[in-house]
Amino acid sequence: MSSKERKNYRMILHEEMKKRYRTRIITDNLVTVFALVCVVAAIIPLGSILLEVIKNGASALSFEFLTAPQGSIGSGKGGIGPAIQGTIIVVGLASLIATPVGVLAGIYLSEFAGNGIFPTVVRFLNNILTGLPSIVIGIVGYVTIVLFLGSFSVWAGALSLSIIMMPIVVIVTEETLRIVPHSLREAGYALGISKAKITMNIVLTTAKSGVLTGIGLGIARIAGETAPLIMTILGTSLFFSGLEGPVDALPLRIWRLASQPYESAHAFGWGAALILILMVLGMNVGLRLLARKKGFTVRAEA
Amino acid sequence: MVCLVTFSVFRGSIQIFSYEGVIGFLTGTDWNAVEGRESFGALPYIVGTLASSAIAMVIGVPISLGIATFVSEMSPPRLAAPISFVIELLAAVPSIIYGLWALFVFRFWIRDLIEMPLYNAFHGSLPIFAKYPFGLDLFTAGIVLAIMIIPIISSICREVMRVVPNSQREAAYSLGATRWEAVRIAVFPYAKAGILGAAILGLGRAVGETILVTLVIGNVIGIAAIPTTLFSQSQTLSSLIANEFNEASSDLHLSALIGLGAVLLILTMIINIGARLLVRKMVKVPTGEKGRR
Repeated sequence: MSSKERKNYRMILHEEMKKRYRTRIITDNLVTVFALVCVVAAIIPLGSILLEVIKNGASALSFEFLTAPQGSIGSGKGGIGPAIQGTIIVVGLASLIATPVGVLAGIYLSEFAGNGIFPTVVRFLNNILTGLPSIVIGIVGYVTIVLFLGSFSVWAGALSLSIIMMPIVVIVTEETLRIVPHSLREAGYALGISKAKITMNIVLTTAKSGVLTGIGLGIARIAGETAPLIMTILGTSLFFSGLEGPVDALPLRIWRLASQPYESAHAFGWGAALILILMVLGMNVGLRLLARKKGFTVRAEA
Repeated sequence: MVCLVTFSVFRGSIQIFSYEGVIGFLTGTDWNAVEGRESFGALPYIVGTLASSAIAMVIGVPISLGIATFVSEMSPPRLAAPISFVIELLAAVPSIIYGLWALFVFRFWIRDLIEMPLYNAFHGSLPIFAKYPFGLDLFTAGIVLAIMIIPIISSICREVMRVVPNSQREAAYSLGATRWEAVRIAVFPYAKAGILGAAILGLGRAVGETILVTLVIGNVIGIAAIPTTLFSQSQTLSSLIANEFNEASSDLHLSALIGLGAVLLILTMIINIGARLLVRKMVKVPTGEKGRR
């Protein structure tokens, strides 16, 4: 190979490298732009949803709207009082069932169970439970309670919602208890306190804010559930009339209103959506901010 | 709890399975609740469920992956936290509100901006676009489902990509890789199982989603619910249950609806167990996959 040829070859190689480098940089930039576009594409719906709900919902709001039962269909009179009341009752009852069971199960899994076969199976089933479609859980409420009692009832709705909420509480409780530093437990043992007392007074107290966050997120989740309520509490335009009768709930009311062909019903739907989204997102934002704040302090102490 | 769920769903559906036979129920296409002429087949709704979820996955997974990549690999740290916060908020919006928004706002965007141009351009040449779009159809349902599962998939993907050790990325950079190449050759292969698991969890969500689908899918029954084009009206397992549960006229009709629930239960259980096993494999052996392949 003469020196001229070698020089030529080197130049070709250099050119080729430069070209490849350019395409690599271009690809890199394209991917970055694509990723950014994805982020924007995901944020647009949230912006639009909030905008529309506030725009259309705010005009429906009034004192009557919040407290009165619904007027006759298509009249545009009345309000969603029973739905708000029903949501509070059903969700409240569901969280009363789900919280103790969920927290205790979480404590068991984190403090007492270890890593044997049984707790592994429990964890696995619990995870499966979080993934079940809510409408299937509604069927459970229907088959076990509605058919048993013979009528659509608050109990059936509360039971279904509590089945949805429970696994969330279990998971969050277990994970929060796990990050409580071991030195705290050992300090308890050193003082000769019983394990139950250590768990309740030291571990649970330290993890309090985390567990409460989990409960709150669970409540926010079930407050927005619609599907299981269709076949359990049925929905009515009247106020609460006892635990064995049907009640109304916000998501259910929105669904029914949206299916009606009247403008006034749609306006009511938007109003109810505004109330619901305020409840759910308010809880979420508040709890997450709180958790973030507390999370940092816990980590700093540990 | 799982046992209770399974037990009660199957107890409720025994009647229909004995009436139609398991195979008959799964492959039948008629849906007639009129007394004396009862006939129930679940096939159209199984197809509808799978089709709408497939659309959701095709659209949702790449976008989720893009978001996760951006948040965990590309964005400046100051931007990453607010973006994840907003995405988490998106996950917290109740599905009925997605449904309301889709029914009154989003479907017009879809119809005018995507479906009409596609229809005008291709209705002669491609059969999947050959139906005049109304906005209440399979395609809209798929897209809204995608919007709903994106936050779920992307937040799990972000977590999975975050546990990829930095040494992997540094190894790629030291070979002169660009940022995208580092993600492609070091992060993705390492996080592969976790990303797949996240996608399947999202699929489970999409398959089980009820209320949103009920509002936008068009709700047809019988053989018509097997979609022939992308813009066909359809029906899913869960939306049919929601639509007819309160109007069920006979025990057999009710039992058929619960039978649909049983099919749905089995479908989501398979999907979920698969996803959990994959994710667990990923978490258990974080060093098992060494960089490439």
